[in-house]
Amino acid sequence: MSVAAPPRLRGLVGESTPRSDAPPKTQGAYLYASDLARDGMLHGATVRSAHARARITRIDTAAARAMPGVRVVLTAADLPTREKFGLMKLDQPVLADGVVRYVGEPVAILAADDAEQARLAAKAVTVTYEPQPAITDPVAALQAGAPRLHDDGNVIEDVRVVHGDPAAKADVVVEGEYEIGMQDQAALGPEAGLATSDPDGGVTLHIATQWLHEDLRQISDCLGLPRSKVRLVLGGVGGAFGAREDVTLQIHCCLLALAAKKPVRMVYGREESFYGHVHRHPARLWYAHGATRDGTLVFVRATIVLDGGGYASSSPAVVANAACFGAGPYRVPNAQIHAVGAYTNNPPTGAMRGFGAVQSCFAYEAQMDKLATALGLSPVALRVKNALRDGDRIITDQPVEGSEPVAEIVRRCAALPQPAAAARDDPVAMPGGVGNITRGEGVRRGTGLAAGFKNVCYSHAFDDFSTARVRLVRERGEAVAYVLTAAAEVGQGIVLVCEQIARTALGVQQVVVETPNTSIDSAGSSSASRQTWMTGGAVLAACTEVKTELAQRAAARGRRLSEIDVADLLDEPIERTVKHRHRPTEPRNPTTQNDGHVAFLFAAHRATVDVDVETGLVKVVQVATTQDVGRAINPVAVVGQLEGGIAQGLGLAVMEELQLRDGQVRNASFTDYLLPTMLDMPPVVCDLVEHPHPDAPYGAKGVGEPPTISSTPAIVAAIRAATGRELNRVPVRPDDIVFGTVARSGWRLSPGEDPRRATRA
Amino acid sequence: MRLKLQVNGGTREVEAREHESLLTVLREQLGLVGSKDACEQGECGSCSVLVDGELVCSCLVLAGAASGRDIRTVESLGTADAPHPVQQAFVDAGAVQCGFCTPGFVISTVALLRANPEPSDAEIKEALAGNLCRCTGYGKILEAVHRVAGSRM
Repeated sequence: MSVAAPPRLRGLVGESTPRSDAPPKTQGAYLYASDLARDGMLHGATVRSAHARARITRIDTAAARAMPGVRVVLTAADLPTREKFGLMKLDQPVLADGVVRYVGEPVAILAADDAEQARLAAKAVTVTYEPQPAITDPVAALQAGAPRLHDDGNVIEDVRVVHGDPAAKADVVVEGEYEIGMQDQAALGPEAGLATSDPDGGVTLHIATQWLHEDLRQISDCLGLPRSKVRLVLGGVGGAFGAREDVTLQIHCCLLALAAKKPVRMVYGREESFYGHVHRHPARLWYAHGATRDGTLVFVRATIVLDGGGYASSSPAVVANAACFGAGPYRVPNAQIHAVGAYTNNPPTGAMRGFGAVQSCFAYEAQMDKLATALGLSPVALRVKNALRDGDRIITDQPVEGSEPVAEIVRRCAALPQPAAAARDDPVAMPGGVGNITRGEGVRRGTGLAAGFKNVCYSHAFDDFSTARVRLVRERGEAVAYVLTAAAEVGQGIVLVCEQIARTALGVQQVVVETPNTSIDSAGSSSASRQTWMTGGAVLAACTEVKTELAQRAAARGRRLSEIDVADLLDEPIERTVKHRHRPTEPRNPTTQNDGHVAFLFAAHRATVDVDVETGLVKVVQVATTQDVGRAINPVAVVGQLEGGIAQGLGLAVMEELQLRDGQVRNASFTDYLLPTMLDMPPVVCDLVEHPHPDAPYGAKGVGEPPTISSTPAIVAAIRAATGRELNRVPVRPDDIVFGTVARSGWRLSPGEDPRRATRA
Repeated sequence: MRLKLQVNGGTREVEAREHESLLTVLREQLGLVGSKDACEQGECGSCSVLVDGELVCSCLVLAGAASGRDIRTVESLGTADAPHPVQQAFVDAGAVQCGFCTPGFVISTVALLRANPEPSDAEIKEALAGNLCRCTGYGKILEAVHRVAGSRM
């Protein structure tokens, strides 16, 4: 057999090949969960609490049941089990059982022949409440004597980091109090699912989610069904950003389908979506930084209070992250961080891109700038001087090893090309934009820089794994690799990562990534920037096993694999399933001093803004970023993650906040919750640092979260530089700029101390 | 009420409620789910369609008001084998992530380029500021529009 030179493969690791799911998405042919339909399907709707804290004295469903088209109405009394659900604590009832703890908590569900009948019927359910005073200040919720919102009290999680000598003395000390507003993930695709009851008494759910198997666990427990009778298939996911890590309508949709014995689709509208999913934790932070005269950091002390809202969700891990990464990517020999997550009667909060690291980064980067000013150093010089280097320990006493180019990213970011001077002749390019409100008289330019870091993958001894099945077959004379995992494609591009890794590892052009489902074991969540590392790693491991079998088949013919067409070896297909784990991490101990994390991701951002100091309006002119990515599997896709993450960081800096009053969301619409548009987003200069991490597939570390961590503090630093204002909270509001308003929590405490000892200021 | 709609070059008869939006009828009765429902109040542009060549949010147009007009949805633009140049440019530029906003951006871009075949950066941003994207930060979308601008529409 003659051997031709193998054809060059297209779309290997490192190439910016287009996404295979992009063409159907541009054509409107890609089916999202909200697009799914079945003959005779019913439409679900949810009755939600109107109160932040109340007892339910009566639920009257008679009128709703009598309405046209209504097939099923369910309340807590109708549930098959009394199991509660939750990602980390089982504290949330499937339907409110006697009490409600936030505005929007599900109280009843129903299904009708069409969506309008279902909506009208939901309005016809009469719930009688006995309202109680809502607890909406998380610091107040932690004080002795506060009403208990859950049986085990109001502390969801309490994390202390004690490193070196927390009482160490320093030449120069700066202090500050900071506040983060409540941000929403605002994925464009609404929560949606389609459930069908199966002949064996089980249920199949097509669902837009981040983690099929975690949904499966919570659904099967609450339904009282064995796991084998609950089958999940990923429906097209219109963005996630953390909001789809929690169960929203999953259990409800299955309950209705099982009760009606008909397919049931549930789709939240935008207003309901704001009530239906968890948000980013609002935070209050008290910080003190100490340094020697020459600018060497001596200590960081901080108290961080995160508002967990009515139910725990992933608050325990968010609290741990806020604490672990609370001193930033710097060498800090002494630290004391006390972070607490509190139950309140605000909307529940959980995962959002950056996951705890966002909140503390805003505070510690403001502190680093304050310290630089106090020392007479430039912000860049102070950061570079204290940047973590190989082998340095972060404040949890874990050494950073493998890839930690902190000084490099700060220096490179600071040196990226600057934007042109403000175009004074074009009012559209100025703050206020098409509002055409200034000719530039009060416009000042400022530049700020920030750096941040967080973990990749799950931490603190979590059994973190992903599973991949690779099946190599011959079709029409050519080798085709089918890759199945349960990893949720939520827009981030894990489909592309799996394709490019399989193509590269196998040397096979045609790779088909199948629809994720629960017939295979878990891939873990599409969160913590982990899918490239974990599912990419699982696909690589499965491909490596397939390749070993190919080599043996070639050897049986007296040939080397490189000398033979792979398709010729596939008289029988080859299939391998591999479960891939990262190296084990240690559980948290009382002072959080251990190797709790797998590896770290670093980024730096530099922002340039024009601020109209007369109106308080901000135009972000440019964001430049240098990010440590290990290795870019697909550079264009990586840049897409950076730009998209920066847009969300910009939103938190100057636009996005859920406005709450007495626990009630006041702006649950895209008219009132402002997302950055194309006019708000400046050009982004992206600089990728590629030092492959030895433990990651092809060295690729994961890229999703860092863009959202330090972009926000960089933009606010730029506004401070332009205005001289303190700006200790995000989002920055026009009156903060015009009047110099400073946010105060109303509580006094010494940074690092237990927030339960706070006193009224 | 009984409605006759001219959709993507064909006539479709549907039974609709007086207050139902064009978006609801397209999605729920005609199975044209390429037009997406993300905000129901004309803020996000995900439901953009062309009515007599005008760019509209189909969530803000009553189905009854669209009767007798030429309605074009994203499904009319191209196929898997023969994508529209705007669709191809979005694929090539890496302008698609979750893709939920993409059909709306594609339609809005088609409308922009018909009116202004070689738009400047500022003109593109103003024309597409009515479409929200939560994934991309818009950089690659801007690049996609520049890629296709000037090519045959």
